[in-house]
Amino acid sequence: MATLTITDVKKTFGKTDVIHGVSIDVAEGEFIVIVGPSGCGKSTLLRMVAGLETVTSGEITIDGRRMNDVEPMDRNIAMVFQNYALYPHMSVFDNMAYGLKIAGTPKAEIAERVAQAAQMLQLEPYMGRKPRELSGGQRQRVAMGRAIVRKPSVFLFDEPLSNLDAKLRVQMRLEIKELQKRLGITSLYVTHDQVEAMTLADRMIVMNAGRADQIGAPLEVYANPATEFVAGFIGSPATNFLAAETLGRSGVARIGVRPENASLVAPDQGLANGTLLFAEALGAETLLHLRLTGGEMFTLRQDGTAPVPAEGETCGIGWDRVRELWFDHGGNRVRQAG
Amino acid sequence: MEKRVTFKGWLLPMLLLLPQVIITAVFFFYPAGQAVWQSLFIPDPFGLSSRFVGLGNFEYLLGDPYYRASFVTTAVFSGLVTLVSMGVALYLAVLADRLIKGSGTYRALLIWPYAVAPAVAGVLWMFMFNTRVGVVAWYLGLLGYDWNHVLNEGEAMGLVVVASAWGRISYNFLFFLAGLQAIPRSVIEAAAIDGARFWTRFRTIVWPLLSPTTFFLLVVNVVYAFFETFGVIHTITSGGPQQATTILVYKVFKDGFVGQDLGGSAAQSVILLVLVGLLTVVQFKFIERRVHY
Repeated sequence: MATLTITDVKKTFGKTDVIHGVSIDVAEGEFIVIVGPSGCGKSTLLRMVAGLETVTSGEITIDGRRMNDVEPMDRNIAMVFQNYALYPHMSVFDNMAYGLKIAGTPKAEIAERVAQAAQMLQLEPYMGRKPRELSGGQRQRVAMGRAIVRKPSVFLFDEPLSNLDAKLRVQMRLEIKELQKRLGITSLYVTHDQVEAMTLADRMIVMNAGRADQIGAPLEVYANPATEFVAGFIGSPATNFLAAETLGRSGVARIGVRPENASLVAPDQGLANGTLLFAEALGAETLLHLRLTGGEMFTLRQDGTAPVPAEGETCGIGWDRVRELWFDHGGNRVRQAG
Repeated sequence: MEKRVTFKGWLLPMLLLLPQVIITAVFFFYPAGQAVWQSLFIPDPFGLSSRFVGLGNFEYLLGDPYYRASFVTTAVFSGLVTLVSMGVALYLAVLADRLIKGSGTYRALLIWPYAVAPAVAGVLWMFMFNTRVGVVAWYLGLLGYDWNHVLNEGEAMGLVVVASAWGRISYNFLFFLAGLQAIPRSVIEAAAIDGARFWTRFRTIVWPLLSPTTFFLLVVNVVYAFFETFGVIHTITSGGPQQATTILVYKVFKDGFVGQDLGGSAAQSVILLVLVGLLTVVQFKFIERRVHY
């Protein structure tokens, strides 16, 4: 267990600036998720913490010790890779024991620690198998086990669930969360999946083109996005953005309305009118895709039991104006007065 | 599902196979058959008649200390050539794999020696080490070392080994580099995070994962050292001094075409044929067992 601080860290590849300065203080045992679209620099940031990439400027410390020039093996971290990166020629046991063997841990202790991790991850029946004889989910667990047995001070996860199918992903997500809570190890977790970010994070860093647009607890980020990008990225389906002038407002550029905050009303009774293009009935909820009179698209989410108008029908759309998200021309949030 | 192309009738496929079959028959089966046939005879000195001796040629060969010495020479020579060419190639490949800038240039330069024909390479090395006019021999002389591979057996062996291995390094380098680059980066990174430093990573991760490449190259290099080094040996030492660099293939040539013992030479070819067959079987059995991890 350890604290981790990242102070104004920047990264440049050649002449390209990839990360423009990210800072965060991570408390002991905290689970931080770095989320963002591909190419936003989230994996690079994680790899800098791991020591697999050099830090161009800024500082990374673990437990107060400066790590910038420390080799990966001396940082006492463990990392779970997207493709698991298991050693293909070693058995599950040897994969998990590898780090301990190199550290010169006594044999009995290695056996005990590996057995403990294997039990925790339900890997006991597979200890003699090679990685190629395992399913995706099992490989994922071995990768986790390899990280656990070393009792690192920081866990790093680089999109660990993106190679799994949807159902397994949900299951492993819960397991990772539970495991992290149980072990209390400070964790940094990179993903492009906002659902993973929302469910796993104590706090999340939303990254956009090399900048941390917002750092905060998931619900705080959801309720109070700091930028237009964050409002659009967090929440599913994505927030609707309307040009302020089409709604007859001034002082702001764009107005964001979350699909779940809007509802259908009689035509001309709401804040906008639109024709229904198509409806996606998902059972518990229905997503309505409308084209507004101004030509913009609008997605609205309603309860699965609510009546759905016919396609092509014109409807009114209403929402609570207090819950509107206002943004200026630079995409930054403008707080509503009062 | 395996996709198979099928021909109607057998005329076209036969026609397509014919060139290869003819080449194999003319240049392989016919001479091999001739060798087996000739190995049973001893021709007279003028080549006008020959006398059937059964397995007499083989009996003579196996009792011949020079022939048995040639086996040892071949083993030492091919062992050294394989070791040197693979060792240097692996070292260079590991270095080139770590390079980020200019790796393309290095790679291109390292491949050049492969384009040099063995006989030409042999002549190059011979001139460099020539006892009278060779540059290297002259510099060695300045350093107080009297280089003379024409008289010194060890030096002769060393020179043909280096000359043979040199041309082979490029080929091995290419395969080792491809093998190294096929190892996923994240596996190496995982090992680094697990605490393994460069040498440990090489020993425990890279080397085992490289084993298919290594075994393949082992087979190819031994075969090369056995059969394709004739040009180098012929130009540099002609098998000498005495018999110090006369490997089996060179002895076939020397006894047959220089010594005019066609029957004995043919018998040597037959022995080589059997030897290569065995070597191939053993090596492929070994490879099948060891290489898949």
